[in-house]
Amino acid sequence: MDHLGFIAVVYGATFAVIVTLVVRTLSQGRDLASKVADKDKPWT
Amino acid sequence: MSTQLSLGRVARAVAAKDLRIEMRSRVVINQVFPFAGLVMVMFAFALDNDDVLTRVAGGLVWLATLFSLIIIIQRSFAVDTADGALEAQRVAGLDPAGIFVGKALAVMVQLVTLEIMLFVAAVVLYRVQLHADGAVLLVTCVVSATAGLSFVGTLYGGLTAGSRGRETLLPLLMLPVVAPVLIGATRATESAFNSGGAAVSDGWPWVGVLVVFAAVFGLGGILSFGSLIEE
Amino acid sequence: MDAQTFNARVATPTTRLIGALAIVSMAWVVIGGLIVTPKDVDQGDAVRIMYVHVPTAWVAYLAFIVTALASACWLLSRKHSMGFDRVAGASAEVGVIFMAMTLLSGSLWGRITWGSYWAWDPRLTTTSFLLVTYIGYLAVRGLGGSLEQRARRSAVIALLAVLEIPLVHFSVLMWRSLHQKASVLSGDGDIKMDGSMLTTLLVGVIGFTCTFAWLVMHRQRVLAMQDAMQMTQLDAALRERADESAGLK
Repeated sequence: MDHLGFIAVVYGATFAVIVTLVVRTLSQGRDLASKVADKDKPWT
Repeated sequence: MSTQLSLGRVARAVAAKDLRIEMRSRVVINQVFPFAGLVMVMFAFALDNDDVLTRVAGGLVWLATLFSLIIIIQRSFAVDTADGALEAQRVAGLDPAGIFVGKALAVMVQLVTLEIMLFVAAVVLYRVQLHADGAVLLVTCVVSATAGLSFVGTLYGGLTAGSRGRETLLPLLMLPVVAPVLIGATRATESAFNSGGAAVSDGWPWVGVLVVFAAVFGLGGILSFGSLIEE
Repeated sequence: MDAQTFNARVATPTTRLIGALAIVSMAWVVIGGLIVTPKDVDQGDAVRIMYVHVPTAWVAYLAFIVTALASACWLLSRKHSMGFDRVAGASAEVGVIFMAMTLLSGSLWGRITWGSYWAWDPRLTTTSFLLVTYIGYLAVRGLGGSLEQRARRSAVIALLAVLEIPLVHFSVLMWRSLHQKASVLSGDGDIKMDGSMLTTLLVGVIGFTCTFAWLVMHRQRVLAMQDAMQMTQLDAALRERADESAGLK
């Protein structure tokens, strides 16, 4: 595969950022959910 | 008083107040004008080539104007927020659209004076040739570009004035918005100067862009200024 | 005191379904984009960047449309429901990150196909202005003040950006058309796509859109909980102050 470095950086960076974002959002949510009462969670 | 003052009267009163403050304190004249002149000299140091300077003079004048705009806007709202005057005007029931137009008018007067000085500096320092047939284009360009800059500046100045201690936010919010003015005014000015072989007739479409810009943000400011300064 | 429960989590069956769909289609994009699809006749393997770049750009623009619409809804709705404001904020947060990734993958792709990382192309320039504008938008959201104040300010900023972006795009378009007749990016349409390439691109768009939806829904709920925390802390502080003054008497 030519331009392997470029392709690897694009795929690597994109998916790394998405995974980081998802993990951060999940852990933040889990943390807050244990502190905020259920009546303040309208989606439940 | 129960009578609602008209937009025009509020605007005139606010503009007169801001200009009177400036005439007495002379902060813009004694500090911002020398700063703008200094920027023009610095550009010459950085570019270090007479031909290049003449070619890009239009752009440099407008860049120096943008830098000065940031300071003028901050000054314009600092005098109001220091003693809660903006808040007082709002509580007194003045039409926020009138306050917006008034402050923008005062900024416009200061900016046009500054730009005249900058154009003189461009002729002296950058050896720009002013032509009679480009004069009308230049004047129209200055008026429409300055109107757009003042409207955008007042709009975002009002927003950041409400939030204490965040002056650093103003350039970040304002500069991307005024980019079309920089492009349009620079191209029109270059046409008026005939720099790079640009013809005067090439400049008029850009004045059209500047007029549309000023109209859009003038209207946007009249509609939204009230909700931006509301506490 | 009313009994408080702390059991509920952020995820709901809907977000779990969207998340599962996103994972499956993202896996498809990686396998399809890197292995299954053939090389392009002109671009060679560089075309594989497209399967990531185009969906990222799509999501970035979608995010700002969602922010603008949610802001308009907040301003126009009589109740000024904070839900609209939080969706606008969550969408802008996600959008800024996807916009930055678009510019990164786009400039790397540009380096391969047209030999430079950057070109003063209207689309590229407008995209970078969008990024800066929404960084400013997020800064305005972080200014503090009441929730109502935050919502009103940021909604106006989002709608002003809707005025700004077309003007920027048009002026850059007009500026560049004086210098060069054809855009560097106009070669984009030359990629001859066969079935597997089109499918992979389509799955990519679906997968990234699902990821966007999942992220916005979760972020929106996190923001709701942060706002709720702020309110309860405010209440607690007020109660403490009241108790203190009662004790002094």
